Amino acid sequence: MHPLKYIQSTFIPLQLENVDTDQIIPARFLKATTRDGFGKNLFRDWRYLDNDETQPKTDFILNKPEYHGTILVGGKNFGSGSSREHAAWAIVDYGFKVVVSSFFADIFKNNALNNGLLPLQVSEDFLQKIFRLDKDSKLTIDVDRQTVTIDSTGEHEMFDINSYKKTCLLNGYDDIDYLISNKAEIEAFEATLI
Amino acid sequence: MGKTLFEKIWEKHLVKTIPGGPDVIYIDKHFIHEVTSPQAFAGIEKRGLKILHPEKIVATADHNVPTINQDLPIKDLLSRLQIEQLVQNCKNHNIELYGLGHPFQGIVHVIGPELGITQPGMTIVCGDSHTSTHGAFGSIAFGIGTSEVEMVFATQCILQSRPKVMRININGELNKGVVSKDIILYILSKISASGATGYFVEFAGSTILALSMEARMTICNMSIEMGAKGGMIAPDETTFKYIRNRRFAPVGGKWISKLDEWKKLYSDKDAIFDKEININANDIEPMITYGTNPGLGISINDKIPETESIVDEGEKKNIIKGLKYMGLQPGQFLKGMAVQNVFIGSCTNSRIEDLRLVANVIKGKKKNQNVKVMIVPGSQQVAAQIVAEGLDIIFKEAGFEIRQAGCSACLGMNDDKIPSGEYCISTSNRNFEGRQGAGARTMLASPLTAAAAAITGVVTDVRELLN
Repeated sequence: MHPLKYIQSTFIPLQLENVDTDQIIPARFLKATTRDGFGKNLFRDWRYLDNDETQPKTDFILNKPEYHGTILVGGKNFGSGSSREHAAWAIVDYGFKVVVSSFFADIFKNNALNNGLLPLQVSEDFLQKIFRLDKDSKLTIDVDRQTVTIDSTGEHEMFDINSYKKTCLLNGYDDIDYLISNKAEIEAFEATLI
Repeated sequence: MGKTLFEKIWEKHLVKTIPGGPDVIYIDKHFIHEVTSPQAFAGIEKRGLKILHPEKIVATADHNVPTINQDLPIKDLLSRLQIEQLVQNCKNHNIELYGLGHPFQGIVHVIGPELGITQPGMTIVCGDSHTSTHGAFGSIAFGIGTSEVEMVFATQCILQSRPKVMRININGELNKGVVSKDIILYILSKISASGATGYFVEFAGSTILALSMEARMTICNMSIEMGAKGGMIAPDETTFKYIRNRRFAPVGGKWISKLDEWKKLYSDKDAIFDKEININANDIEPMITYGTNPGLGISINDKIPETESIVDEGEKKNIIKGLKYMGLQPGQFLKGMAVQNVFIGSCTNSRIEDLRLVANVIKGKKKNQNVKVMIVPGSQQVAAQIVAEGLDIIFKEAGFEIRQAGCSACLGMNDDKIPSGEYCISTSNRNFEGRQGAGARTMLASPLTAAAAAITGVVTDVRELLN
């Protein structure tokens, strides 16, 4: 996993609530046995009118060239539905490093963090402020200080992340490395089981 | 202070708490399937690790399997490769696989309980959000991502932040024509598709106690649809009776000691929940959804709510977008509307009791000629049972198409898809855009309501057929 410390970028505003994982990556694209290449099909059915990718839906935000950046901003309850980690893989593969929302579904949040993608939860007020910004506005995210700032106005908000996960993100560690380092404790626990 | 059922099980499986971080939780049973496991196998192989406890894992192929001609090679190349990969991975790592052709094969959340693998007090995970189903037995069961599957492979543990605990009490007798699917769709309509995010939910009350195990599974299955980490129900005599004598149920002295342990699994009287919700069973009528998330449901005789009255702008925008996708209008009645498809299946409603409910409604009747009806048993064992009970004859005489076990049109990963623009009354769990196929319009309902629509060809209050 790559470390994630500091991001300054324009963002893509996806002003929709309950963006579920079936929209992020439809089930028919889950047949792969590797983690690569899912970005191509990110929001597939919102991006294209047809199955052959010849007719992009021009009104969909990812198809508007004036919007770009490594931060995706979505409405509340982002990532609801299926546990498919493919949703996080698709977002990362497309090039995003952070997803901002006022509320994340549980499993998606874990999946994102396990792939070095920061699910950054802001207040509903702050989210609406971001949605009102123009397309050239930038956000700055400092993982260590746990702050997200609107560059043009200086308005900022603190976000929550537990200190364990923060350390993982800042250093690019993953949970499996951590758990393996706890082998002795796990074995001791197992010994107590009947 | 007393403890909740959730706390009792969580604490028993707590290996350690990371200061300022999540808990390390020990996992008793790990189910896997073909879609969310291959990258986890590749992951541990890349790290040069072995699976710590292959004997605690059970695998099946369900999401991607065809539901016709399962004895023939799978036509879709990618599906075939994914399933072959599962077979190979299980072989390499010495994991029990109930794959295609095995008499125990089926939807992972159907086979776990029916084989007696799912038991009270366990911690259970699977790379599938509907793992919450197993909570019906008084276990902590939840869906995980593929990195977490890899974590459990490597260490039999998972890192999880401890969720808050909510109790939903449902009391009173159910109205005629109302079944457990209606209960959960009703709760969803009250608290929304994100109303339980951050919580583990215990369902309790006289209505729940009166339900069969299979009916309880339907409720816990859809607890994820309200955002909950999982759902659970304290085990009781109904639970113990269901498990006893199943293939992997404990026997002899082990059964007695387990039973003793299981009887202690309940929330203490003075246990404190972070949130409690009370529901009166009498208020629940047959439910149906109109929007594109499972929280958007109404009673079968109600109108779709007007959107002007919605205060929250974001919610309003979402509902309008959903209605447009569904080809529906605010203020419209669903009842009487023509449907082109009925899907009876999925980990929510494909068990024998669900299929008996359907058979009871349609016996001696024929399906409407404009409706395509697909009935997909949850497992090979359920499929065998419908034949043993003669239900297959009732379905065939009605013109229903009986398929072989799998997830099928719940998510349309195989060829079982609903055509674009058509309506489908579905006993499954998600009405998301494109879930049952690009452009498909899903209305979630109970097996009874689905059966009624199959006969009449329109959205119907099943009570009109039950007399």
